[in-house]
Amino acid sequence: MDDEVLVAKMVAGDADAFRQLVARYHSTLVRVARYYVNSEATAEDVAQDTWIAVIKGAEKFEGRSSFKTWLLRILVNRARRTGTREHRQIPTNPVDPVQAQRFDEQGMWREPPQPFTEVVEGRLANAATLAAVRAAIAALPEPQQAVVTLRDVEGLSTEEVSELLELSVANVRVILHRGRAKVRDAVESSVRGGATWQ
Amino acid sequence: MAITKSITCRDAVALVSDYLDGGLTWRARRRLERHLADCGACTAYLEQMRVTVATAGTLTEDDLPDDVLNGLLDVFQKFHADPNAAS
Ligand SMILES: [Zn+2]
Repeated sequence: MDDEVLVAKMVAGDADAFRQLVARYHSTLVRVARYYVNSEATAEDVAQDTWIAVIKGAEKFEGRSSFKTWLLRILVNRARRTGTREHRQIPTNPVDPVQAQRFDEQGMWREPPQPFTEVVEGRLANAATLAAVRAAIAALPEPQQAVVTLRDVEGLSTEEVSELLELSVANVRVILHRGRAKVRDAVESSVRGGATWQ
Repeated sequence: MAITKSITCRDAVALVSDYLDGGLTWRARRRLERHLADCGACTAYLEQMRVTVATAGTLTEDDLPDDVLNGLLDVFQKFHADPNAAS
């Protein structure tokens, strides 16, 4: 069901519509909040407070943007305020040493990725692959986790992510590149694990 | 002009994410596409990245702890039972 339909039902007091919206977005809210605050527990609190603000209409949704964008904006404002109170140091994009070691001095693959198109085609919807991607995203350091979640899971554009997190587009691209590379590695290991097992 | 200068696999892999997002200049895109035309390993990498991004896009609902969900539903129901009383 569309977000907008669920939102209309929620405003009318439909608890099941509210439950569906929470199920759809809560983990994204926690991941994005985590970029701004010091702990997982605080990120969870900020995400829950965001829902409570939504329930109470402290923030009114007027349909000028999508519900998703509006919800994320409330979350980010709250997370940013909380982070400021905690004197949070916003993390910078970490470099993954493993990626650099994949290439030799000439910039050639040491161990080329094995083509797994055939394997994956039948496995794309496979629960194991989905679980590998989900776990890999959850394990990403910030800001990669927030950026990959917003861009690839939630489908925001690079420009929208840049605006929401107040990062330059160029910066979002670099963060995305490093985050995606790690998630791809996880998919490769999961597929390879499956292939070896046969 | 050396616009045909070739790139290494390391350089190619660094461009893949931006390539998928349409974020490369035409020159960089051309360099990458030339490299891909001759390099099965990087082509496989690109394909894997495509699959990874597509799979991430299918992750919507996540399992939530019951206490989180129930706590929020409780606030919701109390608020709708009596908007003034709920704190
Ligand atoms: Zn190559």
